[in-house]
Amino acid sequence: MYTLTSLTKTYSQPKRTVTALNGVDLTIPDGQLVAIQGPTGGGKSTLLQMLGALDRPTSGSIALRGDDLSTLGEAKLATIRASEIGFVFQGFNLIPTLTALENVEMALVPAGVSAQERVHRATQALESVGLGERATHLPNELSGGQQQRVAIARALVKNPKVLLADEPTGNLDEQTRDEIMDLLEGLWRDQNLTVVIVTHDSAVAKRAERRLRIANGTISEVA
Amino acid sequence: MFGTYLRRELIGRRKQTIIIAIGMALAIALVIIVNSVSAGVRNAQTTVLQSVYGVGTDITVSQAATPPAEGGTDGPGQRFDFGADAGATTDGSTTVATSRLEAARGTTTFAASDLDTVTALQGVSGAAGTLALTNTTFDGELPDFSQMQAPGATGSDAGTDTDSGTDTNSGTDSGTGSDASTAPQGGADGAGGSSFNVDSFTVLGLDPAADAVGPLSAVTLTDGRGLETSDTGTDNAVLDATYATANDLATGDTLDIGGTTFTVVGIVGATGSDAETASNVYIPLDRAQAISGLTDQISTISVQASSSTEIAAVKAAIEKDLPDATVSTQEDLASSVSGSLSSASGLVSSLGTWLSIIVLAAAFLIAILFTISGVSRRTREFGTLKAIGWSNRRIVGQVAGESVVQSLIGGAVGVAVGLLGVVVVNLFAPTLTASASASPGGGMPGGAPGAAGSGGGSGAGDAAANLPAGGFGGGQAAASTTDVVLNAPVTPLIIVIAVALAVVGGLLAGAIGGWRASRLRPAEALRSVG
Repeated sequence: MYTLTSLTKTYSQPKRTVTALNGVDLTIPDGQLVAIQGPTGGGKSTLLQMLGALDRPTSGSIALRGDDLSTLGEAKLATIRASEIGFVFQGFNLIPTLTALENVEMALVPAGVSAQERVHRATQALESVGLGERATHLPNELSGGQQQRVAIARALVKNPKVLLADEPTGNLDEQTRDEIMDLLEGLWRDQNLTVVIVTHDSAVAKRAERRLRIANGTISEVA
Repeated sequence: MFGTYLRRELIGRRKQTIIIAIGMALAIALVIIVNSVSAGVRNAQTTVLQSVYGVGTDITVSQAATPPAEGGTDGPGQRFDFGADAGATTDGSTTVATSRLEAARGTTTFAASDLDTVTALQGVSGAAGTLALTNTTFDGELPDFSQMQAPGATGSDAGTDTDSGTDTNSGTDSGTGSDASTAPQGGADGAGGSSFNVDSFTVLGLDPAADAVGPLSAVTLTDGRGLETSDTGTDNAVLDATYATANDLATGDTLDIGGTTFTVVGIVGATGSDAETASNVYIPLDRAQAISGLTDQISTISVQASSSTEIAAVKAAIEKDLPDATVSTQEDLASSVSGSLSSASGLVSSLGTWLSIIVLAAAFLIAILFTISGVSRRTREFGTLKAIGWSNRRIVGQVAGESVVQSLIGGAVGVAVGLLGVVVVNLFAPTLTASASASPGGGMPGGAPGAAGSGGGSGAGDAAANLPAGGFGGGQAAASTTDVVLNAPVTPLIIVIAVALAVVGGLLAGAIGGWRASRLRPAEALRSVG
């Protein structure tokens, strides 16, 4: 799925230059569940943003199923994000003024599907995460775990190839964390997704097929 | 989804929506009210000018008054001479009366042939020449001078003077004549005194055949008939209704003009509620020229252009063919309208327009600033949208859409408030006084001596006095004082413009806000997640 070659990302700050990723080489095969651990500031989030085509590398290349994301224009990247990649965030990032169903629908808007189909698919997605009856609730009427489920539904409603999760259980209690991880694992198996989870939580990382560790911008495999 | 998202945002962020809408509403309402009132003022000015110059007069041609010659008196001499046997003498008093018809003070006459020059020009659909005159009467009572004698004047002095030296009249008077030392008698006060009266009224000579253009084209006939083509050469006159009433004259009465007796065949009134027409008396042009001695002279040409787009071209052509003439269009004459109407006009055009522009700019600025601040607050939201696949264009479109709708809401409220304001103005229906002088003195009658008004600086109320028919040296150019009710019209066009302004404001704010949103890099936007 992903092939990273000498991927480097540096940020210029007023006083110094920060190297978030330092010549990373990585291959992620299709359908793998990968967990990436590491200390804060080690480069985890930056790597995820590279994988999600949300930012460009300073040098090196990152290929998603043959497309070199570092050379594509912004419009093309948006299309890839709309159809190939699902994103789940630590803070859920639901739009507060829209209902659960509408939040999920938002992911289908760039696809240009009809309103009817959009509602149908969004409803199905919500049901697949167990929130069929909460379709009309606003985010502030949902618990943390429920909001994250909506976010997962939103990420998967477009049938992407990849699911990227940035600390998906970081804001949740232990029980909810386990529920969410159960959900993610189940969806991974059912839909043959390639899943990359960034986490600092070992309990979460243990559930992955493959564990990576990133620190100081370099990656290493964890046995 | 566009509509749903938009609706939720506007309702969810109500404060921002309300503030932007209020700003836009105020600006739009002001634009509508100012535009409407200024249109009303313009209409009022046109009405006033029409009452003086007549309907359909697009251009007036006159000549500037020549300054008085060195050493001469200003204007025609105001001497009245009577011979020793003038007047009628009865009962110890002699009554004298004379009248003179001459060009109105402050006007210059020019050749009537200029009218033919103007009529022949391209773009002129009609032209008429008029002669503005003033008739001044001088009448009074003198004592009978034949009764007042110097000593020894009528009798014969019986004594003979043989004095060879200087004569000191030592002879005694033994004549039989009446006693010269009797006290004076007769006259106005019965004791040898005199009294005189000077009166004047305005006379306008016009061609009865040309009634489509000129001062009489906008009057209503209140009695009798107007001047007709058959009246050319006759001593028939038409009177202004206000003058007729003041001087107790009616159709069928006679009137002395310049020593000739005229018959009143009709009375006309102005269309304004309390107005006078351009002149007290109207007579055929040829008679006016003959009696005043101003043969083949006129003082004003009223010109009607074949269409409003031709006016500028016609004015240029007249100025070229008649280099000495002063050519004025309605716009030039508008500045001659004095009174509270002209104060209103000045106020609306300068203060009103500037206020509208400032408030509109402020409303736009509020919309822009609030939209930008809204975008900043939604950094994470827009970052997320980009992460789930929304393109820049789509996000900009969403922001712009929200902004336009906010402005349209404000615009709709503004139109409603603006229309309400116009209704209030019309209910209030202020009556403004305006005076436009018919003096053809180059369109500057406000400064002509004796003319009415004073540039409208006197604020509320009657800023223009009616020119008195009497008064020595006064009563020069005939002025029309009109009370005009200010009516503020609303055209569909101004509403369309107002709505368009709201849309423009919304688009501007949306474009700028959207540009800010598009510049958000998703990675940075999401970095705040941590």
